[in-house]
Amino acid sequence: MNIHTIADHLNSLADNSDTGMDFDCQPISGEVDVLQITILGREELPVFLSVTDDQILCISYLWGADEVKTDCVNAMHESMLEMNIPMPLSSFSKIGDKYVVFGALSINSTFEDIEHELAVLSNNALEVIDDMSDFLV
Amino acid sequence: MSIFKKIMTAIRGGASEAGEAIIDANATRIFEQEIRDAENHLTKAKRDLTGVMAEQMSANRDVTRLQREISEHEGYAGQALEKGDETLALAVAEKIATLESDLSAQQQALDSFSGNADRLKELVKKSERQVTEHKRQLSMVKTTESVQKATSAITDNFSSSNSKLLSAKDSLERIKAKQQKFDDKMKAAEILESENSDSSLAAQLKAAGIGSQENSANSVLDRIRAKQK
Repeated sequence: MNIHTIADHLNSLADNSDTGMDFDCQPISGEVDVLQITILGREELPVFLSVTDDQILCISYLWGADEVKTDCVNAMHESMLEMNIPMPLSSFSKIGDKYVVFGALSINSTFEDIEHELAVLSNNALEVIDDMSDFLV
Repeated sequence: MSIFKKIMTAIRGGASEAGEAIIDANATRIFEQEIRDAENHLTKAKRDLTGVMAEQMSANRDVTRLQREISEHEGYAGQALEKGDETLALAVAEKIATLESDLSAQQQALDSFSGNADRLKELVKKSERQVTEHKRQLSMVKTTESVQKATSAITDNFSSSNSKLLSAKDSLERIKAKQQKFDDKMKAAEILESENSDSSLAAQLKAAGIGSQENSANSVLDRIRAKQK
């Protein structure tokens, strides 16, 4: 499983995805290959997928630390911790100064698993921003 | 220091800067080699274990056989005594004594094999746990590095393509607006669809001669005739 086979699969789905979402994949070259996956209608919130030795990581960037109202940081962190388990398949993290939601899959996942993961992650990201918008500037 | 702490310290300490490795590549390679060595030892231990278990089974069979022979010969000795044949009974008793010394030797061997097998099983389990744990730690280091490298690739891509990252709220607003537009379109299409089906129903009714009919020359003539009467 590498980003190219995943990209080929997602692009070939076109209108036939089980999730009702249209995926568009764009590989980003770098020291680590990353696949930028945009979902039709949600171009502003792409999912980035990378493959390591033992897992597939799907990450969606939520907001920067600078977008959080200064007096809300602690309350926001608490809310995020509390939501971490109820939120299906995804978890919160922070990369540099960016908050993210991510899902990690086994390298042996099927294409269907990956597709499902991407759909759930995208839905989670949208919902989280909506729910947390009170904490954001 | 645990790998977990090392990673946390490195991230906090700014090793998250692109390109800077959490643990230098050489250390990672050494760690990988250690894992491979441990896996080799594990394979060897498992092979040894199979051998010891085979010997254990064979010793066990010998012990059972000797026990059976002893009890058989005890029966023979009893029968010889009943017949008053002391000499034969003594000969059988000598045989039993030999068998018993064999049995005790085999029993000792069996105990030793069993002990070895148990020890090896424990060792295999311990090594398996250790290899799993090392792999997990290596995975943590590699994942952290991979995420950092991926992040810098993504950041580079964004800055080079000049596409400005929107704030989360703006992104959400835009996506919602698009969704709204899509919903509106769907609704409009639904309305159109229902209007179309209304008109097609009217056409069907007309074809069946039900409802208001178009004025035809015949109906006009009929009307005029009716007036003349």
